[in-house]
Amino acid sequence: MPRKLILCRCEDVTADDVEHAVGAGYRTVEEVKRYTGFGTGPCQGKECLATVARAIAAAAGVPVSTLQPFTARSPLAPIELKHLAVAPAPSDAPADD
Amino acid sequence: MPLPMTERRALPGTAGPPPPAADVAIIGGGIMGLAIAYNLAVRSRLRVVVLEASFLSSGASGRNGGGLRQQWSTEMNIRLMQESMEICRGFARDLRFNVWMRQGGYLFLMRTAATRAQIERHIALQNRCDVPTRLISTDEARQIVPQLVTEPFVGASYNPTDAVVFPWPFLWGYAAAATKRGVTIHTQTPVTSIDRPGTGGFVLHTARGTVTAGRVVNAAGAWSPRVAALVDLALPDWPARHEILSTEPLKPFLGPMVSVLESGLYVSQSMRGELVGGITLHEPKTHEIKLGSRLAFLHAMARGLAELMPILGDVKVVRQWAGPYDMTADGNPIVGEAAGVPGFFLCCGFMGHGFMMAPVVAKYYALHLLGKETHPFFSTWRLDRFASGGAEPESMIIG
Repeated sequence: MPRKLILCRCEDVTADDVEHAVGAGYRTVEEVKRYTGFGTGPCQGKECLATVARAIAAAAGVPVSTLQPFTARSPLAPIELKHLAVAPAPSDAPADD
Repeated sequence: MPLPMTERRALPGTAGPPPPAADVAIIGGGIMGLAIAYNLAVRSRLRVVVLEASFLSSGASGRNGGGLRQQWSTEMNIRLMQESMEICRGFARDLRFNVWMRQGGYLFLMRTAATRAQIERHIALQNRCDVPTRLISTDEARQIVPQLVTEPFVGASYNPTDAVVFPWPFLWGYAAAATKRGVTIHTQTPVTSIDRPGTGGFVLHTARGTVTAGRVVNAAGAWSPRVAALVDLALPDWPARHEILSTEPLKPFLGPMVSVLESGLYVSQSMRGELVGGITLHEPKTHEIKLGSRLAFLHAMARGLAELMPILGDVKVVRQWAGPYDMTADGNPIVGEAAGVPGFFLCCGFMGHGFMMAPVVAKYYALHLLGKETHPFFSTWRLDRFASGGAEPESMIIG
């Protein structure tokens, strides 16, 4: 894989960055997310998660099936604050987890 | 490029069994545990092991807003944070990791005259400690942040030398520097039980093997009561969920961290361009660690931001998450050796503000463990203070 190939387009994380993270001892998707910042941009990993997971697996020498995806964060898609600000408060919605 | 084997063995997050023996075993791979390990390693030849139940930064150290401030209500916290700021300013040079630090100041807005009177007392104390905080008018606040709607406020407290950082690289920096100096860090290695043999010391049973340690440091944050329970020690701290969000990146426009004292709203712009912020949502006290995200938080935060800076209505939120504050009754941490469990040291109860405190607290913690110097906080913040009413309360707990 070309070293400068961009795997996460939101945060400009390259194949080289992922390999470097694995070389520094960070071998899970959650750790590589935090070490490189991949998956923290507007797409929240929807474009890049599988690609980066394969790159981690290759660099760490483990089957990709041994890796877990990172925790999905809401909202599902980026949303303007003004829509949330005027919407009725979810008073009786289940408040937990 | 494959790393040489010697270096590979020293990597953080080693999945193999921990070493059979250590002088100091630190439980918790957040910034506090890693920074204590680093500070021990640069000052001694002690064998230090860090045991982390999940991954580095999985707890509050990886979930906080990255604020560093000197605007506190007690002299202890003000002076500690002054020193912590200096350590942070040198972090990239000393630890070889860019932590994206930006000294844009902190602006605390206040709605009532009562809050203003209280903050004036804090400012006088901060000024005596040479922190250049000023009480400013709402007009001046708008000069610093022109997007603010300041009608609801009676003034603001502004210190231009407070800062924001990107939290995660602090952990990589401390972990890398500690491992380079011989510390072994084991992730995915929960401590499941602790024996105390009659000969002294501790035998820590983990999911990956057993470690015998002369001393143990409980730096497990919100999980610290569970760790202490392994040696039959009851800790009075409890976890409180605090939620936070991040927006799409914007061009730099927001100088200081802006916070509203009465609502607990805070928002700053990171060096990555995102706005990062939270707001207080009161929940009943619980001993359960809840890390779920709620729509109610998005609503409260969106309303708070839209009232404070209406121009932000068009900004998109991309992510929300939660982290646990590690709460105490007087708003102060719990540190030092636990009376009744010799060799078992506590470093917890940092009230959601441990990240900014860790660089300086860890330094003095290492000096204390090495018998070189004991900072006054070991007396003020000892565990048994709660039996006699606690310490001078710290009131600047935000979020």
